[in-house]
Amino acid sequence: MSVLPFLDVALALLVVGLAVWTIAARDLFASVVGYVAYGLLLALVWVRLYAPDVALTEAAVGSGVTGVLLITAGKRLGAARAGEAGPSPGLALKLFAGALALLVAGALVAIILILPDPAPSLAPQAAAAADGPGAGLGNPITAVLISYRSFDTMLEKVVLILAVLGVWSVGADKAWGAAPAPLGRRNPYGATVFLAQMLAPVGAVIGVHIFWVGADAPGGAFQGGALLAAMWMIAMMARITEPPRVDARWLRLALVAGPAVFLIAGLAGPLMAGSFFAFPHAFAKPIILFIEAFMLLSIAVALPALVAGPPNGRSE
Amino acid sequence: MIPLVDLFSLCAIGAGVFFFFAGTVGLLRFPDSLTRLHALAKADNLGLGLVALGLLPRADSALAAFKLIVIWALVLLSGASTAQLIGRALRRGRK
Repeated sequence: MSVLPFLDVALALLVVGLAVWTIAARDLFASVVGYVAYGLLLALVWVRLYAPDVALTEAAVGSGVTGVLLITAGKRLGAARAGEAGPSPGLALKLFAGALALLVAGALVAIILILPDPAPSLAPQAAAAADGPGAGLGNPITAVLISYRSFDTMLEKVVLILAVLGVWSVGADKAWGAAPAPLGRRNPYGATVFLAQMLAPVGAVIGVHIFWVGADAPGGAFQGGALLAAMWMIAMMARITEPPRVDARWLRLALVAGPAVFLIAGLAGPLMAGSFFAFPHAFAKPIILFIEAFMLLSIAVALPALVAGPPNGRSE
Repeated sequence: MIPLVDLFSLCAIGAGVFFFFAGTVGLLRFPDSLTRLHALAKADNLGLGLVALGLLPRADSALAAFKLIVIWALVLLSGASTAQLIGRALRRGRK
């Protein structure tokens, strides 16, 4: 009798319990901390489901970067909301919101219950495709992401760019082109500076390593890019570097580099391999790594841009 | 008869688990935030360090062993730094 099933059940209960606690927490900061812990536990769940790639993404993006985003947003929201506290919603509105939430949850449960068994799956086709044009890559996940569902993967990065544009567009007209507000306080604490100076170089190397091994082992551009983004954000919080101006040419080039290179490689597909987004068999691996390198750059730039927020105009 | 290497792993990981347990008890039972922080740091630094030490002889390669040490060093660095920052925030809140 193995002890693992019990641990799995305990982990699942812990995740659900923490999710409920995160929703019920009154304090904004406490619920964000709960959410980060929830993301890390979810990463453990993915490890137990034999999906280390998803676990890495969940830990880096779902928990880490989103956590920073929520904390920053909460801080700015708290400053903005201090002046205006509206009346709390009436009972009818609360009941209506509750009923709506129940309806959505019920519909989701119903849909999951009426799924055919076995569930329809594209996994066999994806696995076959990963064996074909993605051959040469030891990690089937990366092969599927870049080769089988390449268009989706490219559009995901386009969505990131659109999100950055959305954040930038809420800045004031006068501030357009300027840099976002600094992430850290004016005189950063010694411990923050120390952490940034020690951790950022090591973290950057690990981020590139995770991207590089993504071809053959769990990892890839998104996980590595998120790590690079985190290191840049630590350096900005310690005021070692400042958020770049939003009209900086290099920033915009880096943002569009990933999807642009991906699209060019895809358009070259008909010439090289006979169809859109197809890669010639012999060169599949170098081409995929080349595309992923630019994706890494775009992700590493887009995530800090989201956290830094809209152009601010004021220097402090 | 247990091989000596396994015995070493068993002892080191057992000691590490003890520190994690003690740290968790401290985190739950200590009276204020600074002492709870102290308990947490022991679990992170010594607990994880001993677990990593116990896993070293079981690593597949020298590279894997090196990664274990790097993980421990990174947790040490981030744990110590964040403990400092939390402690400072607490002191500021008390004033």
